[in-house]
Amino acid sequence: MLKCERYQKLCARLDKCEHYQKFKAYKDRILALGNDSLEKTFAVAVALCLVCAVLVSFGAVALKPMQVYNKSLDMKKNILDVAGLLEAGADIDKAFSERIEPKLVDLETGSYVDNMDADAYDQRKAAKDPAQSIAIPKAKDLAHIRVKAKVAKVFLVKDGEKIKSIILPVSGYGLWSTLYGFLSLDADGQTVQSINFYDQAETPGLGGEVVNPKWRALWKGKKVYAETEQHSFDKGSVEGADFGEAALHLIKGVVDNNKPEAIYEVDGLAGATLTSTGVTNLVRYWMSEEGFAKYLNKVRTVKLKEAKS
Amino acid sequence: MSAILNDELKHKLINDETKKVLIAPLVNDNPITLQVLGICSALAVTSQMTTSLIMALALTLVTAFSSAAISAIRNHIPSSIRIIVQMTIIASLVIVVDQVLKAVAYDVSKSLSVFVGLIITNCIVMGRAEGYAMKNPPIESFMDGIGNGAGYSLILIIVAFFRETLGSGKLLGFEVFKLTKDGGWYDPNGLMLLPPSAFFIIGLIIWSVRQWKPEQREKIDFKILDIAHGEGGHH
Repeated sequence: MLKCERYQKLCARLDKCEHYQKFKAYKDRILALGNDSLEKTFAVAVALCLVCAVLVSFGAVALKPMQVYNKSLDMKKNILDVAGLLEAGADIDKAFSERIEPKLVDLETGSYVDNMDADAYDQRKAAKDPAQSIAIPKAKDLAHIRVKAKVAKVFLVKDGEKIKSIILPVSGYGLWSTLYGFLSLDADGQTVQSINFYDQAETPGLGGEVVNPKWRALWKGKKVYAETEQHSFDKGSVEGADFGEAALHLIKGVVDNNKPEAIYEVDGLAGATLTSTGVTNLVRYWMSEEGFAKYLNKVRTVKLKEAKS
Repeated sequence: MSAILNDELKHKLINDETKKVLIAPLVNDNPITLQVLGICSALAVTSQMTTSLIMALALTLVTAFSSAAISAIRNHIPSSIRIIVQMTIIASLVIVVDQVLKAVAYDVSKSLSVFVGLIITNCIVMGRAEGYAMKNPPIESFMDGIGNGAGYSLILIIVAFFRETLGSGKLLGFEVFKLTKDGGWYDPNGLMLLPPSAFFIIGLIIWSVRQWKPEQREKIDFKILDIAHGEGGHH
């Protein structure tokens, strides 16, 4: 009843309003015009655009908070998934804030950036901003991404004070699309825990199998960098040279686990040679000096120093 | 229903015309098999049942509401900007649907990606707006939109059923055939995952429907004359 009263009041007020009366008279005149008259054509076009614009912008604005939330939830879900912490039915927000710490890394030096807000930083946005990104020289651009953000957002999974795993954002071109994902490494910066692609548009069933949990499980325990006979991580001198180039790659067919190089090899995706090459390239790029090699080196150094002291 | 709706309204909603426009597009006047409209998205989204179902639902809603809206203002649409008026209404509705999907069903909207946006260019929506809604009242137009959406959905579901089961051995994401790579017996048909396979399936559906209902076969446009004696040698 209240609504009805209000509506009648509104009508009464509108009736008194001079502009509304003018509008009403104009509306009646326009509606009475022939459909093909110039004035009516313009009036209909303008009115329609107004109505549609209000509808669309109302929808977009009203739903925006939910969309932003969904997007960040999806991202958190992917990070938890790659960290192996995703449990069905668990509260994702809670699990994320408890277990995972976002950190910013300067790719040039490999050290942490502390004077920026890690939670608010968006690496993909930064890569598009000329002030925050840097062009990759063609010869070094293995992953075909052309530009990268100067600062990368990595995620650390901590168990108390100890780092349990390092989650690195990776991206690179496959066959149809740029694949965006996370590579999760052990604290040694060498052993793979998992990989996950959260944004890709490869052929469903072929290249799209990069998201298949069975294929992703093959990555567990693989080594990223070529290890020398007695690598310096064990010897104790870590600064500078220790691990070789990034050696992890996808091969055609199935990995023969009896071969010594099997620890650097992952099964290629059947029927998706170009996507497989793209994945190899993006791993090699992001694990090189251009990507996270310097950072990982520092992580190892710190870890070793801690072990010594 | 009868408790809620009075007889007059009931008659408005359910009469011979609305029944006809609801049921005819399922088989007899199917937008895909008879009118051969909306093939593009039928190829693109049918590799999985889930995406097909959501796409079908989105298209049905857009067709129904755009037809109703266009029909409501049909007497005042200037013929010179007729198509663009229809497009504006359809595009606005599609954007709203896309936004709702992103807010409510994020995972599905991710897998449908651009195809929701492409409902704007789906020939069925335009075809029904131009062919039916411009000449008929809103309720009938709405029902016509639902009917045609259902006809489209039916074909999409059939195509997706074959493509998902034969292509990845699953249905709605659940395992139906155990694949050889997981130690089962079924070697999936990779072609079924690629868009061209939908052409074959839709072609087979059209063939079987026209076998069943010969009146759907198109009339021959022209007949090639038998070559008369003696003319065969001249080229």
